[in-house]
Order: sequence, then C-alpha cells, then structure tokens
Amino acid sequence: MYLYDQIDQRIVDERVRQFRNQTRRHLAGELSVDDFRPLRLQNGLYIERYAPMLRVAIPYGLLSSVQLRKLAHIARTYDKGYGHFSTRQNIQFNWPRLEDAPEILAELAGVQMHAIQTSGSCIRNTTTDHFAGVALDEIVDSFVWCELIRQWSALHPEFAYLPRKFKIAVSGSAADRAATWVHDIGLHALRAANDEIGFRVIVGGGLGRTPVVGHVICEYLPWCHLLTYLDAILRVYNRHGRRDNKYKARIKILVKELTPAVFAQQVEEEWSHLKDGPATLIEEEVRRIEGRFTRPAYAELLAEDTFLNAMLAAEKPFANWHRRNVHPHKVPGYAAVTLSLKRTGAAPGDASAEQMDAIAGLAERYSFGELRVSHEQNLVLPDVRVSDLHALWREIRPLGLATPNIGLLTNIIACPGGDFCSLANAKSIPVAEAIQQRFDDLDYLHDIGELDLNISGCMNSCGHHHIGHIGILGVDKQGEEYYQISIGGAQGVDASLGKVIGPAIAQDKVPEIVEKLIEVYLAERDGEEERFIDTVRRIGIEPFKDYVYGTNYQTPRRHSRQLAAA
Amino acid sequence: MAQIIKHRAVIQDSWQLLEQDPIGALPFSGDVIVPLDLWTRESDTLSFRLGRIGVWLEVDADPAAIAPDLDRFGVIAVRFAQFTDGRGNSLARLLRERYGYRGELRAIGDVLRDQLYYLSRCGFDAFTLRADQDPQQALSAFDDLSEAYQTSVERPQPLFRRRSKGHL
Ligand code: SF4
Repeated sequence: MYLYDQIDQRIVDERVRQFRNQTRRHLAGELSVDDFRPLRLQNGLYIERYAPMLRVAIPYGLLSSVQLRKLAHIARTYDKGYGHFSTRQNIQFNWPRLEDAPEILAELAGVQMHAIQTSGSCIRNTTTDHFAGVALDEIVDSFVWCELIRQWSALHPEFAYLPRKFKIAVSGSAADRAATWVHDIGLHALRAANDEIGFRVIVGGGLGRTPVVGHVICEYLPWCHLLTYLDAILRVYNRHGRRDNKYKARIKILVKELTPAVFAQQVEEEWSHLKDGPATLIEEEVRRIEGRFTRPAYAELLAEDTFLNAMLAAEKPFANWHRRNVHPHKVPGYAAVTLSLKRTGAAPGDASAEQMDAIAGLAERYSFGELRVSHEQNLVLPDVRVSDLHALWREIRPLGLATPNIGLLTNIIACPGGDFCSLANAKSIPVAEAIQQRFDDLDYLHDIGELDLNISGCMNSCGHHHIGHIGILGVDKQGEEYYQISIGGAQGVDASLGKVIGPAIAQDKVPEIVEKLIEVYLAERDGEEERFIDTVRRIGIEPFKDYVYGTNYQTPRRHSRQLAAA
Repeated sequence: MAQIIKHRAVIQDSWQLLEQDPIGALPFSGDVIVPLDLWTRESDTLSFRLGRIGVWLEVDADPAAIAPDLDRFGVIAVRFAQFTDGRGNSLARLLRERYGYRGELRAIGDVLRDQLYYLSRCGFDAFTLRADQDPQQALSAFDDLSEAYQTSVERPQPLFRRRSKGHL
C-alpha cells in the first residue's frame, strides 16, 4: 500500500472541506445547477437516472482491507448495501444522497481514499495491471510511477477543464493487462540496455464512438522526463483539442486530424520548453515514493507444495478453479488469486457490503491485508501462499466468489447500463445474466476456453465492447433496446478492435446468437489450443456472419465430430 | 467603477474595458483595455493616447502574437466565454512562464469564485468576476487548499523539490 504522508493527507482533507462548502452553497441556492455541475463531477458525483452516483477512485487498483471495510460501511450506511466495481479501477455507489456526499468523502479521506477527478473533463484515475508488483513477467513495478502520476494529476491547475475526460494507463510487464493501447495515454514501463527505466508513450487510443488503437509517439522516454512530457502532451491537447463538439473532443480525434506524426512534433516543440524544468523528476523523489509503499514480508517457501498437488489431483472442482482463477507469482510459493465477481445472477462487478467485509477478512488472513481491483471488474488477492489455496477456495465457495470463470465466456465485463446510467440506450446487466445462464455448464465453458465478452449500454463504451472477443453494444432502434454484436476485438499486446457482424438484434435473441458464434468456433477451430479470437483472426468474420444471419453456413466438422463421439 | 479582485484584495477598477472594436469612439484619455485585433491593427496610434493601454485576448489566442509588445501593456486580460474552457489556464502560464510577462494578468468573463484557486496558480493575479458573484466573499477561495503537488506560476518549484530541500 502507498501510505499518505501529512501533506498527502492535508490535500485530501482540504479538498473535502472545499467540496463541503460548495455543496452547502449549492443546497442553499447560492451556486446554480450549472455552476455546481463541473465541481461535483470533479469530486466523483454524477446525477444519474434515478439518483446521484458517486465514483470513488481506487488508484491503480490497490486497496487495503481497511479501505475495503470502509467501502462496505459506506455501501451499508449511505447506499443500498452494495457497490459496483467499474472497468477503470473505481467503485461506484448508485444511491447516495447529494447531501451526504461530503460526509462520504470525509469518511474516505479517513482511510486515505478520495473521489478526486473520477469524472468530469479532467485527468482521471490512473490505472495499471492488476498483477503489478507480483507478476512473473514484470519489468518495472508500475505502482511507483502510477503514484507519481496520481500526485502530478491531482488538482493540476492547468488541466482541470480539458476538452473531455482524459485517461492514462500504465503497464510494467511484458503482457499488457491494463489496456494501454486504448487509453488517451498509454505508458509501457521499460528498461534500457543499461537498466535505466523509461517509458514507451502511446497517445490517442480510445473506445467510444470512434474506437482507435493508440499511436506510439515516443519509443523511450527516460523516467526523469515523465512529468514534463505529460505536461507537454496535455498542454497541446488542452489548447488545440476540439471543444465545439463533444463527440470530437477526445485527444484521439486531435491526433487523427493532425496525424500522429504532426501531433508528436507539436508535443516535442512544447516539451523543448518544459524539458529539464523544475517538474523534472529527481531520484530522491522516486525513492521517497518507493519507500512509502509497504511491501509484503514474504516467507521463504518452496515453489511446489505437496498438499496442493494432492488436492488438485483429488478434487476436480478445485482443480478447475485453480486452472482459471489462480495466477503465477514472482515469489516462489505464492500465487495471486482472482475472486470472481461474475457469479450468475449477480450484476458483473457488483459486491455487497457483506461480501466486501468477508473479502477484507480473507485479505487479512491470506494476503497481507492487500487487494487489487482488476479492470475486468474482479478482486484479486495478490499474495496467497500456495499451501493455503485449498483452504481459501473452501472459504470463498459459499461466498459466491469462486466461480472458476476467469478468462472464460461468463467472466463478462459489463457497464451498469440502462438500469442505472442515464446515458444508456439499453440495459446491459440482464443481458449479461441471460448469457451466463445459457452457459452455466462448466465443462462446456472450459471446453470453449479463453473468451472475453464485453457489454456496453451505449457508444460511450464503458464496458469496452470494442476489445471484447465478442462485443455487445446497446443501441436504440425506434425506442426499442437492440444489441449490435461484434467479434474479433482484443486487449493486450496484440490489441485489435472488433468488427460488427450485422444488424442489431433484440434483447432476448442475444444469448442464442452468442451460442451460434460459439458453435461456429467449435466447429472451425484448429484444435483445442486455438482460442475463439484466433479462429476469428484466421477465418475472418464471414462464416460467423453467415451462420448467425444467413442460411447457407454448414458446420461440417461438427457433424463428423458427433459421429466420432458416437 | 466596478470592483475587481487584485492581489487577493477587492479594489476599484481604474480600467475601462472596450468589448468591441470601437471605431472612432475610443476615449482619448484614461486607461483602456482594447481587443487584440484593434491592438494588432492600430498599436502605433494607440500608443499616442493619454492613459495606459491594456489588451484582452480570447482563450484561444496565440501568445506569440503579442510577445514583442508585452512591456507596453498595463494589463493583459483573458476572457473566459465559459468558465469550463481551460485554454485560458494554459494561455496564462505561457504568458508568464514562457514569455516572461510580469504585469497584471486579469481573468474576465465567466469567472466564478470556485475557479480562482486554479486560475491564480496559473498566473492570474486579477479577476473581474461574473456580475452575480460577490468579490468580497470570493476571497476565501484562494485558501481552499494550502498545498499543491505541481509546479505553478505561484510556486514554480513542485512539492517534491521543496520537500527535498527541507523547506517544508
Ligand atoms: S457505456 Fe453508456 S450506458 Fe454504459 S455506463 Fe457508459 S455511458 Fe452508461
């Protein structure tokens, strides 16, 4: 955990005091709805369809058990007893009262949390890999850099009123688990030949109405220049990004209109004035931040555990869970465990106050009191002894947190959609549920293998449907809720955007269509190792399209398979 | 005369702001703030007037255009059509930090109490608030927060450098 020092704490406390004053003036009629709107947004408060929604930052996804208990307390006291983990390492409360918002923020400040800049046209919460600090393939521990960015971006006086929201993601490992290619700025922490840390800088990626994969504008930026370079990018965007049309206001449009090369030049030119200025990072500061992170006191363990191996051999459900939800760790004898918030029947990413309390207790007993929030809307216990895995599994099963579906079709990523969000064209949660119900046969699920399915309730793409292997987007068809299906999207190192397979379909048809896509995949795949996304890439979307909409598609191999099985 | 905030105090404003290009109607004496395009066209004539001269810019103005003239202005004003247009913040920093402007830098237009904190960190030292705002009550806004992480015009050294020098 990063531990605030006195000044970090004072800034958050004073921010609460400032917002308390603004809210009071608003309620007293001294601050109009329009004048108050950007102020409340920059403190995380939306006015949603049915009630205000408060979005709380979980900076770079790192959470302590004490903080999680506080979130449970807030859910219970100010909300209807649950919270929703979003795709950007935030938690959202859907039912707080406006009058209570300052008090909630004060409670959060008490456990070193805040909602600063979690909405509005400003620099949002910086996100990273949910396995940062423990991943086997880690190159650089991204937390330190994320915290430096958090401090730089928090209450930045120049960039509080950008043309649109601005999201930064950092990855410190070989695999990209932070969707860096589809952020306004993506940073890949690297090590040069001399071991010096630096960053590959990607700009202009994004989802939404105009999805784009970002462009590299700097292959290697030495660490000390990180903040001045970010200042330069943000200044070019702040001054020249479009403000006449909110659909064209994201940085991706500016980068596209200028071309990435010209944009890069403008950043270079701006940076030439800022480079080596006072915002240039110094080693002392990096070490100071590093030193404020507590690190688990790992025991020296053997990598192999005989008890674990015996249990894996003896209990198939445990082995299934282990295969999907347990992840390798850089320290021998430890593993990272995903607690699935994707149980059938629960909205993806939702956790009740009781679950949060229980998970906080698990984190204390099994994982040094630390947790991670993943952009796949699950929670992670990052530091579990492998010898404890079986006991942990037995505890989380009755809590509904052991669904062995990480990386599988039912690990659906979905935005809150029409049930909560005033911008929605269509609901997303019931669609997720219907799909989960259709695929509740575990053996079938495991046979289908790795598959990301993402759902967004509108073009704003909070459910990241463009980068789902299967993406589902809610659209409005003459007042009816319809869904457009795309396939072939992917996140990670080989990120790509999905292609729409045809006209939108009605809500009750969605599970059936997903099943049809799966049937084509199973018939066409070149062995079990070939994932859905690989098959789509190999054979294109046509066969899928034909089978879903058309008539003339046959699945020849399925036929022969059935014969073989008979 | 209108009240403005300058250097964190409410004072009477001695400047007259010319909203539009005042063909023929320019007062011969007194301190006036003229639109940028008038200045660009008539800077020589304007310099012969009695009284000081100021210029006002829209938030998207290019500061390089007036860079050679900076020491001829008694005030530079930046007009916010909407307080949510952050281009004025960048413009102020550029005028101060890149072009070295040291005179009065005034925010005008849709300027509200709750913007003062960020605007002053970007280099504005004077504010004509929107008509419905009470300048006296707005003064407390400068102290909404007592510390900040970033470099700013007010405190060019970022927090981490001030920390490392033991100034805190
Ligand atoms: S994608 Fe649309 S419906 Fe879903 S949360 Fe975002 S804005 Fe709301």
